[in-house]
Amino acid sequence: MKVLKLIFKNALRHKLRTTLTIVGIAIAVIAFGLLRTVVTIWDSSVDATMANRLITRQSVSFIFPLPYSYKEKIESVPGVSKVTFQNWFGGTYIDKNNFFARLAVDPATMFDVYPEFILSKDELNNFKKQRNACVIGEDIAKQYKIKLGDIMTLDGDIFPGRWDFVVRGIYKGKNKNTDKTQMFFQWDYVNERMKTEMPGRENEVGWYVVQVANPNKSAEISNQIDALFKNSTAETKTETERAFAQGFVSASGAIISAMNVMSFVIIGIIMLVLANTMIMSARERTREYAVFKTLGFSRLHLTGLIFGESMLISCLGGGIGLFLTFPIVAGFEQAMPKGFFPFFFIEPITVVLAVTATILVGVISAIFPIHKALNTKIVDGFRYVG
Amino acid sequence: MAAIIQVKNLFKSYWRNNLEIPVLHDLTLEVEEGEFLALMGPSGSGKTTLLNLIAGIDRPTRGEVNVVGTDIAKLGESALAKWRSSNVGFVFQFYNLIPVLTAFENVELPLLLTKLSKAERKKHVETALSIVGLGDRMSHYPKQLSGGQEQRVAIARAIVTDPSLLVADEPTGDLDRKSAEEILILMDRLNKEFKKTIVMVTHDPHAAQKASRQLHLEKGDLV
Ligand SMILES: Nc1ncnc2c1ncn2[C@@H]1O[C@H](COP(=O)(O)OP(=O)(O)O)[C@@H](O)[C@H]1O
Ligand SMILES: [Mg+2]
Repeated sequence: MKVLKLIFKNALRHKLRTTLTIVGIAIAVIAFGLLRTVVTIWDSSVDATMANRLITRQSVSFIFPLPYSYKEKIESVPGVSKVTFQNWFGGTYIDKNNFFARLAVDPATMFDVYPEFILSKDELNNFKKQRNACVIGEDIAKQYKIKLGDIMTLDGDIFPGRWDFVVRGIYKGKNKNTDKTQMFFQWDYVNERMKTEMPGRENEVGWYVVQVANPNKSAEISNQIDALFKNSTAETKTETERAFAQGFVSASGAIISAMNVMSFVIIGIIMLVLANTMIMSARERTREYAVFKTLGFSRLHLTGLIFGESMLISCLGGGIGLFLTFPIVAGFEQAMPKGFFPFFFIEPITVVLAVTATILVGVISAIFPIHKALNTKIVDGFRYVG
Repeated sequence: MAAIIQVKNLFKSYWRNNLEIPVLHDLTLEVEEGEFLALMGPSGSGKTTLLNLIAGIDRPTRGEVNVVGTDIAKLGESALAKWRSSNVGFVFQFYNLIPVLTAFENVELPLLLTKLSKAERKKHVETALSIVGLGDRMSHYPKQLSGGQEQRVAIARAIVTDPSLLVADEPTGDLDRKSAEEILILMDRLNKEFKKTIVMVTHDPHAAQKASRQLHLEKGDLV
């Protein structure tokens, strides 16, 4: 009890220094939480990809289209069980900040290849029946308060013009990390309008999504598909969806790696900050430790005193930081363009890491001052001039 | 009367830059129970070193240091710490109070290592502080006290466990005349009234006069 009181009093001795250290640790933990959240979201979006899906895109870049005629040829490759295709539509919904994926898809095959998007039979049939029908994820429906039968108007850019879609389906996610923020409509409808409005841009496909029966044969099948179009005007590059997802935002991938490293660098920095505070405090108290030893206090007592103070400061800072991470991550999500991240939440592993880091920082920062205090002889402690 | 301190052929040297610096040369000394000994001598003559060896906060290079019936040179670190806490009270030149603790808490410190209950500790602390005349300053922090008062708190801390031996290293060295006088009167009272054996280092002849015996140390030898 008395030792606890002394630990508190010691920590409050230099109020400004202790406060700054606690604030520093809190900020670092918040930064850590934020960075880890972005990193884990990235990782789980890549994880959400299916191993049995390949993406066939134009070999130079996925922004160049492929001919619609490739579909049948790809279907003929042994091991391919289904082929669907998509176009990145882009466009603006109400205003530019509403960022979510809008894709022109093939209604006949789309939901077979993407079983993680769950749509009722009725809704799927309605989607197939109406030329300008669309299906949206339930997160989009919730966010914009859209119900079945509503009209969603897109202002096209890649596909210019005004596009009115009738919502005929709202899909649910099979898993927690399934992206429920996408919008799908019929590729045929977009293609027809292109045929009349922008001749020459018809029968273009952004990329093909190829379902394979045996994921172990992915590499082989990819090679066979690409071989089909070798030396044509539109050569292809086929890779697993995972590889595609990573490459899709390759620049982001590098940033994510940097964030990953940064999050741990931050932990290293707070370790130095607290260690510095603890070393300064312990040095100033050299004489006092000599007094404690003279009075008969043991190594264990001194260790407890220093360790306790280090832990107190790191846990206060870490606790405050962790507590504030939740509203700050929420605020960060608000500040991002809507739907920029398909899902945004603090993973339990992030909390575990932050808590572990906080404890580790407290322990490591105490080691040097404890070592010093225990190994300074009493007489040298008294002779120490601060 | 029995000797409470027996120092025989005590040799002490320190090492500095691989050079052995002898501080005390085969020193032999006895102090009787109930004595008030003043250790005098010029700066650097080894007074503090001798006091520290007697009080068990430093170890001899060679020789015997027998204090309160124990050959303390033979004790291990934790046994020595235990021995100190029950047999010796320490008073330093610069008081060495813990600044974040009140007068009461400073005096209570040595008692935290005993099995005394909170109520018993309180009684002991109050007694010790009233002996040094600071019964009304218990909740003051060191920086709210004068130097003389701080030293009296330190003396209360030294006597609160009722040790038979008190060691004081220039206890008046940092005080004005009047405060110094009060401390010396208090030391004298602790010796006469409370039967404490006292070894006090000082280079003030006036302070030394309060003692029952004076010893002079010169370059590590008693003269
Ligand atoms: N812990 C120590 N380490 C190295 N040298 C010391 C130490 N303590 C004392 N000395 C040296 O021993 C000599 C005697 O010191 P000390 O006992 O403090 O003298 P006094 O108290 O009489 O002034 C001095 O030369 C001092 O520098
Ligand atoms: Mg000295």
